[in-house]
Amino acid sequence: MFKIVRKKELNDLVTLLEIEAPFIAKKAKAGQFIIFRVDDYSERVPLTIADYDREKGTVTIIFQKTGLSTKLLGAKEEGDTILDFVGPLGVPTDYEDFKKVAVIGGGVGCAIAYPQAKALHQKGVEVDVIAGFRSKDIVILEEEMKAVASNYYLTTDDGSYGEKGFVTDKIKELIEAGNHYDAVIAIGPIPMMKFVCMATKPYGIKTIVSLNPIMIDGTGMCGGCRVTVGGKIKFACVDGPDFDGHEVDFDELMNRNSIYKEREAEEAKTHLCRFTGTKREV
Amino acid sequence: MPNMNPEKQKMPEQAPHIRNKNFKEVALGYNAEMAAEEAQRCLNCKHQPCVSGCPVNVHIPEFIAEVAKGDFLAAYEIITSTNSLPAVCGRVCPQESQCESKCVRAIKGEAVAIGRLERFVADWYMENHKDEMPQKPASNGKKVAVIGSGPSGLACAGDLAKAGYDVTIFEAFHTAGGVLVYGIPEFRLPKAIVQKEIDKLSALGVTIMTNMVIGKVLSIDELIEDMGFDAIFIGSGAGLPSFMGIEGEALVGVYSANEYLTRINLMKSYIEDYDTPIKKSKSVAVVGGGNVAMDAARCAKRLGAENVYIVYRRSEAEMPARLEEIHHAKEEGIVFQLLRNPVKILNDGSGKVAGIQCQVMELGEPDASGRRRPVPVENSEYTLDVDTVVISIGTSPNPLIRSTTEGLETNKKGCFIVNEDTNQTTREGIYAGGDAVTGAATVILAMGAGKKAAQAIDSYLKQKN
Repeated sequence: MFKIVRKKELNDLVTLLEIEAPFIAKKAKAGQFIIFRVDDYSERVPLTIADYDREKGTVTIIFQKTGLSTKLLGAKEEGDTILDFVGPLGVPTDYEDFKKVAVIGGGVGCAIAYPQAKALHQKGVEVDVIAGFRSKDIVILEEEMKAVASNYYLTTDDGSYGEKGFVTDKIKELIEAGNHYDAVIAIGPIPMMKFVCMATKPYGIKTIVSLNPIMIDGTGMCGGCRVTVGGKIKFACVDGPDFDGHEVDFDELMNRNSIYKEREAEEAKTHLCRFTGTKREV
Repeated sequence: MPNMNPEKQKMPEQAPHIRNKNFKEVALGYNAEMAAEEAQRCLNCKHQPCVSGCPVNVHIPEFIAEVAKGDFLAAYEIITSTNSLPAVCGRVCPQESQCESKCVRAIKGEAVAIGRLERFVADWYMENHKDEMPQKPASNGKKVAVIGSGPSGLACAGDLAKAGYDVTIFEAFHTAGGVLVYGIPEFRLPKAIVQKEIDKLSALGVTIMTNMVIGKVLSIDELIEDMGFDAIFIGSGAGLPSFMGIEGEALVGVYSANEYLTRINLMKSYIEDYDTPIKKSKSVAVVGGGNVAMDAARCAKRLGAENVYIVYRRSEAEMPARLEEIHHAKEEGIVFQLLRNPVKILNDGSGKVAGIQCQVMELGEPDASGRRRPVPVENSEYTLDVDTVVISIGTSPNPLIRSTTEGLETNKKGCFIVNEDTNQTTREGIYAGGDAVTGAATVILAMGAGKKAAQAIDSYLKQKN
């Protein structure tokens, strides 16, 4: 059992949980993920580690309550426990000897972009952060990002906060303005990562993306998370989750992630009664 | 006077058209009369050829003699003196290529049903002595870590715990049991039986830590240096599923057998109350001819698929699956497409599987494995109309431990290299066994390796003192 020691709602849909997991906290590095399972009936779901505290022995996860499992997790309160929490899985991000990096986060992807920006900042790397959101009401981690970024740029699709526009426009603008980035790290919805990669490719800037395909075990056993990278099959859980974005087949990934879409839509209609059902009290 | 019936006592089973719609156990087991009757078929040969066919040397004629006498407890004690998981082995061992293949009765008829008798004895014990748990022996103060809780790990942990070692099993999944829980379906091996075996280990004092991926959360060296383990056994299993490398393997509706079976068996997606989804298929092609392929096909049928095909590139004679599984699969309505090789998985235009294109094969000259090599017949392509494809063509070892541990040598397939007599790896105090050493093999071979390693660890640690 793993205890929730802190809970914070970052916006209507996005929740932060700090969870007691001393073994994982001791080893976690930026770019790695955990798999959680709320109770005996639950799925195993991967989430990238948002932060960790080696001394306190805690790991922080930030997630959007989109599916049944994340809703069940989000319904837990401080002091509650969840059944399973395993990690740190995947390969930590390789920062090579970058001097200056642009970290791009899209929506809840900022939760995963943040530990990257923080780790780079702590290594003395100059970090520009571009955080993109649909609108003002879902902005997350603004203060945290600012604390580790040399420059922080916030865009909203509707212009309700920060600059109106997309992160892809912003990164192009920054590159065109003469900023030299050794790498771009882009984390967010698949289309966002795809378009950032298309934007950076003509400039030949290395672009790292963090993928979140469907996964069960997270140790290389099921192959559910296979993605095509550079024409080869890679397992996101053991070969990734970071990959060279210019090599990733994003369309295939998007298609594969849609496999249970119909069932998820069904669940969205019916989950409420399960919440109040006797079997799954949350 | 022995029972000279040339045929084995039949095993009661659920009828095929009923069982292919449920996940309850297929074979129902002998009753005491059937077991005694079958036991009388054993000639009690002095030279005991059957024992030489058993990877853990179960004293077969001795236990069968006790069954014939009706002393089932004595039979149980004889079996468990060398085999700690008889209820499992009685169900999943390929007896026809092991003990039963050596049976003298098989020369002029069918072998004695050794596996069924073993299962009967184990089940009888569970039924009649359910509350008896082994006692924790006095500790000798030495700590051994076992990585993985599949058959090799359970066997190794059990033997070491009985010898007084403080054993901790590290399991990556949330439930212990390895392939016995994620791979082999409920209808072939009820999970309650596996749990019972694990409960026995707990009673012996074995600590089981789930959710621990060794190589990630802790390295082998940390187990030794920081956590004070005196010896390590690695039974991390077969690992990464192989794919064919043909067009369409990334389409929605293509599963590895590992993923398909894990969703069904471990995550229980076949039961409404569980959240993990599984595709509801109309027609399924399972590619491969091993036990795992049979399991996947029979699961697909039980999930409601109308048509389920086994697509195998050789002929039935070369199929690695147990005879009983092939037989059961056929009875349940699985269609065997033999000497057929997939060349392409078709896209319905929206990224989902629309069919699998196969070609007809014929057997040519024997290859390196000694089996006749399948050769494609020209212009023989045809399409099977399926919406799901399950790839069950084998696995390659998991890299997590070998890539994070210095000095552990592996062969070119990535399997740990071990001393055949002791199962010690290329590092002192670190042992390995099961599929992590052999590549995908059987439960009983893995158990045999776990037992051998336990004995070697015991000698090593005694000597070290």
